[in-house]
Amino acid sequence: MELYTLIIFSENHPGLLSQVSNIFTRRQMNIETLTVSASSIEGIHKFTLTTYSTADSIAKVVKQIEKRVEVVKAFSYTDDEIIYQEVALYKVPTDALLDYPDLEQLVRKYNAQLLEMTRQFAVLQLTGHSEETQAFFEALKPFGVMQFVRSGRIAITKSSSEILSKFLQERMAKQ
Amino acid sequence: MSTELITGAEALMRSLIEEGVDTMFGYPGGAIMPVYDALHDHHDTIRHVLVRHEQGATHAAQGYARVSGKTGVCLVTSGPAATNAITGIADAMIDSTPMVVIIGQVGAALLGTDAFQETDVIGITQPITKWSYQIRKPEEIPWAISRAFYIAREGRPGPVVIDFAKNAQIQKFEYKYEKCNFIRSFIPTPAIEPQAIEDAAALINSAKKPFALVGQGVILGSAEKELAAFLEKANIPAGWTLLGSSALPTEHPLNKGMLGMHGNLAPNLKTNECDVLIAIGMRFDDRVTSDLSTYAKQCKIVHFDIDPAEINKNVKADVAVLGNAKETLALVTEKLNATTHTEWIASFEELNKIEAEKVIIPELQPKGTDITMGEVIRKISELTENKAVVVTDVGQNQMMAARYFNYTQSRSMVTSGGLGTMGFGLPAAIGAKIGAPERTVCMFAGDGGMQMTIQELGTIMQEKTGVKMIILNNHFLGMVRQWQELFFSERYSETHMVNPDFIMIAKAYGIKGQLVSNREDLDAAIAEMLSDDEAYLLEVNVETKGMVYPMVPTGASISNMIMGDK
Repeated sequence: MELYTLIIFSENHPGLLSQVSNIFTRRQMNIETLTVSASSIEGIHKFTLTTYSTADSIAKVVKQIEKRVEVVKAFSYTDDEIIYQEVALYKVPTDALLDYPDLEQLVRKYNAQLLEMTRQFAVLQLTGHSEETQAFFEALKPFGVMQFVRSGRIAITKSSSEILSKFLQERMAKQ
Repeated sequence: MSTELITGAEALMRSLIEEGVDTMFGYPGGAIMPVYDALHDHHDTIRHVLVRHEQGATHAAQGYARVSGKTGVCLVTSGPAATNAITGIADAMIDSTPMVVIIGQVGAALLGTDAFQETDVIGITQPITKWSYQIRKPEEIPWAISRAFYIAREGRPGPVVIDFAKNAQIQKFEYKYEKCNFIRSFIPTPAIEPQAIEDAAALINSAKKPFALVGQGVILGSAEKELAAFLEKANIPAGWTLLGSSALPTEHPLNKGMLGMHGNLAPNLKTNECDVLIAIGMRFDDRVTSDLSTYAKQCKIVHFDIDPAEINKNVKADVAVLGNAKETLALVTEKLNATTHTEWIASFEELNKIEAEKVIIPELQPKGTDITMGEVIRKISELTENKAVVVTDVGQNQMMAARYFNYTQSRSMVTSGGLGTMGFGLPAAIGAKIGAPERTVCMFAGDGGMQMTIQELGTIMQEKTGVKMIILNNHFLGMVRQWQELFFSERYSETHMVNPDFIMIAKAYGIKGQLVSNREDLDAAIAEMLSDDEAYLLEVNVETKGMVYPMVPTGASISNMIMGDK
């Protein structure tokens, strides 16, 4: 089993998310992370999701997803084929933070950002791979982390050609 | 194109007429009443068949689609009607049957409020449809209906559900229809790759022992002629899947019989002996392949299919030929060497002899006094000059019909293959007869399946549909009983059935019929059944413990067919 990142482009119609997730449910596959947003192409939505699978079964899943009428294209990638990132937010008690002797070192090490600070709590942000955001969470644990949230993965391919734009151009030419 | 203000319900009617719909199967109710009201003005162009249960509407639409090649259309109301239609929708999905199911829905303002007869139709149907769409505004109707028919019909066919909110049926709008012939995200038929054609032809030309597997894709693609030309040019013997039956006439010299669990001995064993296996429009269902780890391991595999998701799904292909079989088969045939494969083809005969001796002759010419299922089917095949459309229910009746009916023309077998829906037979036969009124339609069902949708006798009565119904009554859920005998130590848990007087039930619906229990009465009864165009119910008491052989036990290799001993 290996972690795969799926990038799925669809029409922006209601119900697409459940069509995609149904395909995972049916095979008892867990979606580890999921991010959905408008893509750079107008009217096209982009799903980025990660899941543990094998090369053989991820290929089948991608075909089943692409088979849905309103899915334009679906691709799967291993980590070495993409640049990927996540963002994490951490809410920690302000007192604990101020009392910490090596605060500077910690912030420098992880290169975290401070987004908000009140008398009660501070909100820190870190972007990175999940191992990095997890490590920062571990480092903050002694402060008593009040809330921790991590986004789904977003990814950009290392491929030199933009397959989707090309595909859409070809399709529109056939109309 | 003219524009005028009309109601959504009227717009639906006009859209359906634009799509060439002249027949639909349905059942009215609250949330679809405006559509039924609009239908009342279009009875001269659209025949509406009033079924007795919404499941019946879906199966009838399937039967209609399967014999005619047209898209079946259903019209039902919301809530329970929608859920009743689910079985037929799922059946159409797995058996690739083009169907558009229009389901009433509560008004858009009530959606999500748990309103009366509201159910989440889109949520329920998404996994079992090719496409499902909720119409909330009348302006969406032409767009949605034209897409619905385009999607249901094009490429690998399938069911489409339109969830039609009541407000959109009532509100008026400026109607203008445009047929859909393009959806940017949907490629119904993949482009043919010339290299794949080359590779397939080269591989097939290299074969000493080629074997073809014929699926429903041949029928759906109207590629029967191309299939015959392909097989005949290189003398390639072929087996067929349940849904591929009748794509190649039974008596064609290269037709070597049915594949799979209850298929013929030779085609199953030869699958594991051939050197090149050529799958055409079939999806390597587990009932065909049985244990995949021992399936076709010795050979190269060429897979023709229109659906890229079928390639490498169950069985890895060495060469995948994407596209419509009608085109791809013709292209490959051009590049085939004319060969004979005489010895290879002759080698099937030895196995045919074994099967004939152990299974077929005892089934068709039984020594005992009890009537067998197979002999009834073969007799009806002969007495209809092998020209009837066969519609089956599910179970032993289905396997026997597939095995022993003699098919002479395509689109002659309507059966629930993938889903295996008991109760499919009767309503599907009604649809089949309406879809092919010039043909004799013979429906075979067991006593169990017949009672699952027996209310559709009312549809036959009202519509005067001349379906010939044959109940092969063994007073058991025969296929389950067979498994209990073979694999559950003869513990017949809940498979014995106490049945009603079927002939009296038919009579109550004004349908003629008779019960036959003795072999000597069978011919005359069949002749009477076939003597006119009216509906007829022939109930035949068959042996109670009849078995369908040969059989591949679940999980076994297809090389391990058990023959039984009659």
